Formats: sequence, C-alpha cells, structure tokens
Amino acid sequence: MNKTGDSLILSQAASRFRRLAAALMRGFLLLVTALSMAAVLLIILYIARDALPFFRLAGLKEFFASTAWYPSGRPASFGALSIFFGSAIVTLGAMAVAIPLGLAAALCLSDILPFAVRQAVKPVIEALAAIPSVAFGFFALVVFAPLLQNNGGNVLTVMVWLILLPPGLLLTYLTAEASSRGIREEVAPAVKWVMAGVLGWLLIRGLLALADRLGGVTIDSGANALNVSLILGIMALPTIVSVSEDALQAAGRDLREGSYALGATRAETLLKVVIPAASSGIVAAVILGVMRAIGETMVVWMASGNAAQIPKPWFNVLSPVRTLTATIAGDMGEADQVLGSLRYHVLFALALILLLLSFFANLVSEWVLRRHRRRMSGGQK
Amino acid sequence: MKRLSATVSGLLLAGTLLCGAAAREKIVVDGSTTVGPIAKAFAEYFMKVNPEVSITVSESGSGNGAKSLVNKSCQVATMSRAMKQGEYEAAVHSEILPISHVVALDGLAMIVHPANPVKNLTTDQVKAIYLGRIKNWNQVGGPNTPIVIISRDTNSGTYETFETRIMKGEKIAKNCEYVGSNGAIRQRVQSTRAAVGYVGIGFLDNTVKALSVNGVLPSLDTVKDGSYPIARPLYMYTNDYPKMGSALYRYVTLYLSKKGQQMIEEIGFIPVTNY
Repeated sequence: MNKTGDSLILSQAASRFRRLAAALMRGFLLLVTALSMAAVLLIILYIARDALPFFRLAGLKEFFASTAWYPSGRPASFGALSIFFGSAIVTLGAMAVAIPLGLAAALCLSDILPFAVRQAVKPVIEALAAIPSVAFGFFALVVFAPLLQNNGGNVLTVMVWLILLPPGLLLTYLTAEASSRGIREEVAPAVKWVMAGVLGWLLIRGLLALADRLGGVTIDSGANALNVSLILGIMALPTIVSVSEDALQAAGRDLREGSYALGATRAETLLKVVIPAASSGIVAAVILGVMRAIGETMVVWMASGNAAQIPKPWFNVLSPVRTLTATIAGDMGEADQVLGSLRYHVLFALALILLLLSFFANLVSEWVLRRHRRRMSGGQK
Repeated sequence: MKRLSATVSGLLLAGTLLCGAAAREKIVVDGSTTVGPIAKAFAEYFMKVNPEVSITVSESGSGNGAKSLVNKSCQVATMSRAMKQGEYEAAVHSEILPISHVVALDGLAMIVHPANPVKNLTTDQVKAIYLGRIKNWNQVGGPNTPIVIISRDTNSGTYETFETRIMKGEKIAKNCEYVGSNGAIRQRVQSTRAAVGYVGIGFLDNTVKALSVNGVLPSLDTVKDGSYPIARPLYMYTNDYPKMGSALYRYVTLYLSKKGQQMIEEIGFIPVTNY
C-alpha cells in the first residue's frame, strides 16, 4: 500500500471513533434528560401512592367539602376545604400586591428610567430573591405582625394608596382615551381631558373615602392573611420584575421606534405596542410569581396564624388562615409513618393537590403562551 | 508534610479503634420532643462520667418512641404521655414488658400580654375560650377586646396535654392560631395585646404574664403538690426493669440523684423527688 492509502484508513478509523464518541455523548445526554424526567415522574408516583390510601379509606366528600380540620381529634376529621381556601386567598393577595408593583417596576426599568439607573437597580431587586424565606418569615412575625396590631389602620391606608393608586391612574387614562375615540378631532382632546379630570377626581375621592374607613380599623392579630400576602408579594416581586422586564426589553427597539414614527406618544407606545408585544412574557412572569407564592412554606407557617377556617366574610384578610404548605410542614412530625395512619396519608393527599395545582398553572401558562404566539404570527399577514 | 499527615492519620486510626473498643455498651433513646431535652442532658452527663457507654438520643415523637421500643430499635422510649392500651398490647405481643419511669413533671402555664388586667381563669373558662364560646376579654373581667387564641400545633406533646387536661376531647375553635414551638407562642403573646396561649412552665419569663388557673399560680411547688390543674408526668419506658447496676439502670434512674434533679430544674421541668 502506498502512503495515501494508509492515511485514508487512518482517517476512516478516526471518523468511526468520532462517530462513536458522538453517539456515546448523545446517549449520555439522553440519559441525563431521562433521569430528570424520571425524577419528576417518580415524585408524582410516590406522592400518589401514599395519597391514594387516604381517599380509599376516608372518601372524597369530607376532604373537599368540610372545613373541620382536626387531625388529632378522636374521631379525627380531615376537612381540607378551609386549607384550600387559605392557600387561594394568600396567593391572590400576594398577586394583588406583586402584579401591579412588579409590572410598574418592570416598565419603569425597561422604558422610563435611564439605562444607568436600570443597570444599578435591577440587580438590587433580584437580590431580594436571594434572601432566605425564613428571614422573611421572621420579619413577618416579629416586626410586621406587631406593627399591624399597633397601627393597623395607618398601615392599611398606606397599603391601599400604594397598591390602588398606580393601576387606578392607568385605568383613568385608558378610559379617558377610549371615551374620546370616534369623536370629531377638534373636540376629542377636550373630551379626553374632561373625562380624565372627572375620573381622576372620582378615583381620589374613592380612595380617600376607603382610607378613611380603613383608618379606624383595629387588627386583633397580626398573624393573618394580609400579613403573609404582603410578604409573599414582596418575595414574588423579583421573579415578576425580572422576567417581565426581560420580556419588555425583548420587544425590541424597532417596534418602539416604529410606533414613535407613527406619531404615538410614549404612553401610547408602552400601553398599545410594547406591553401587547411582551404580553406572553408578562403572563409567564405572573405565573412564575403565583408558583412562588403558592409553594412558599416557611413564611406562611410562621406568620399566617395557621387557623383552619374560612373567614367571615370570606374576603376578610385580617383573620388568620392555614395553607396547604404550612399544613404539610406542620403536621409531618407526629404523623404515623410506620403504621400508615390516615393522619400520615392525608398530608400526601394535600401534597398531591398542591402538585396538581402547580401542574395546572403550568398548563395554563403554556396554553396562553401558545395562543398568544399563534395570534401574533397570524396577525402579521 | 508527608510524615505529619501520616502521624495525623495514625492518631485518627488509633482514636477510632480506642473509641470502638471503649464503647462496649450502647444505649439508644427515642421518643418525645418534650422529654428529649432531659434525655439529652442526662446522656451528656452520663457519658462524661462513664466514657465507656455511648448514648444516642433522637426525638421522633412519643408515639414513635413507643413503636421503637416495641420493635427493639431502642432501649429507652421517652414519652410525654402514658402508653396507650394498643401500644401495651403490641408490646406484650412481641414479648416486651414496658415499665414506666416517671422522670419529671411538667406544668402548662396560661399566658397573656403583660398589659392584660385579667389575673385568673378557671379551667372551665379556659375551655370555653378555646371552644370559642367566650369570645371577648370583657366576659372574663378584662377590657372590651376580642380574644386571640393561640395553641401549639397538633403534633406536640404540649398540645396533647392541653387537649386531654383542658379540652377533654372537645374540639378547639376554628379561628385558633397554631404555632410551631413554645418559644413562638411566647413571642406571639408578648407582642399581641389580646392574645392568650399556653407554654411549658420552663418557658415562662417576664415578657409575658402567667395567669393563675382556678386561683393557683403555676410554679414548681403548685405542680408538685397537685394544686395546679394543668400538669402531667413525663416518662421513660424500658423493656422490663433494667438489671440493677447496669448502665441502662444507672441512666434511667439518674432522675433520682441530686445532679439529675438539678438538670431537670435547669431545663425548666419539675423533679418528682426532692433531695
């Protein structure tokens, strides 16, 4: 054989080796992916396996329809309705705090504040996510709960102004603008300003009246749904701000400049162009925030009061509530693992519900994103 | 450098061998989180005096302690309640004879905010408050504010004592707040004017006010003479009475010694004997 033949054989061997290495690598990556999927599946299987005995022994009716949660009573009762309610109201409350504040902060960071400020502020907001939840819980229990008890009315007033004023103003602006549409051009601005003035006045009066009524409220116990809602809202803020700010940035310079070129103001550009374009990312941010709030354990266990009740009236956030996560964490200790008592299995039933809820939230976000993407691409023609 | 590391590893090896040889007797303690601190303090002291004995103490709850004793995975079960009939039956069935040693007494103090003018409650009033029938402090001689009731979580021996001594099987009102430790109850009560809660006597300090119950203030003396109504014995269970003079015997009878009593008082419980 001559020299070229040799090198040909060599290179064939080398390419075979390379192909083998690539196949091995691919197999390894597949294994890693499969492992993480298997972990998720195993967790679901394991939780379901320990949850099913509860439903088999105790049935569904009491668990889902009763509010009597006495796991240590004789006879014990496992009505979890009030616990579902507790998780729901705490999460709703957290979102009422985090969504307006978070979106406002994201908008400011991406489109309103100078770039240098954004570079400085965003890491600080993201650092909030690094604070351990037990520190938040400690703050809620030791600082915020007594504050609510001693100055309940004032704290409520400040919170109402902080949370309701920004979206209120936004709504005023949008309604005013909508009302001036389709009117002759010469009078449209006047109509718009009058509407804005009237609505703004109504908003301020309404808020003042609300604050007046809230100012007289006394709070008996600071460990309540409001306390944890606020703390969870703050904990969900970094997620919401960071993800939705990224989405707003990703909407791009072209879109903004196109909008300005058509004569739109900055407010119009933001509300009608940038936010709709970034809405899928914003929805994702909100759902991530919801997951953060619903899955948080330490803060709610320390500061929600853990009373298994549906408050009267149901929207009374000043009364203590009990959440799914806190119940699982708090009741695990004495629950009989060896004999597999109902008290043990009911915790897995709760965990299964929690898991299904987060699955459902994931599905919804996926569905929203896909629908949004289809509409966006369909709308381009 | 090499020699140094060789010396170090040689020392380590020798140390392990020595320990292995010395720890001839092993005692495993498991059970209540309430009795746990006593068992731990005893174990620490006992191992200092008797380095040839090694004792491990875990706290998995009274019920789990009983179970461990029955399936022979521990020699001492610590319990904040007496063994139940079912647990005895299971024990006898697997040829275990549980013998109880009452090592200390524990009293639960009803506590309120220092600014609360109420000084005394009867056991019936405490029960009515926790049932939600008495809702306002002015029904028991206090100011016109709704009562905030606070309880330990349903897992704890403290809760079980309260449930059996005060509630007697009836269910606590749904608006009751549950917290995870004696310290957390004290924290909630010292910062909440309208609150009432209960803690082990060892957790009393001047940031909260202890109420007298049926006219009796909680103290070492009133628990011991039986006049304070919310009290309970704390147990250690062994399989049969331990052989006299054995390490196990000396460990579970430590509570009878002066040192044992001192340790119990330091942790905040009440010794059963008085030397």
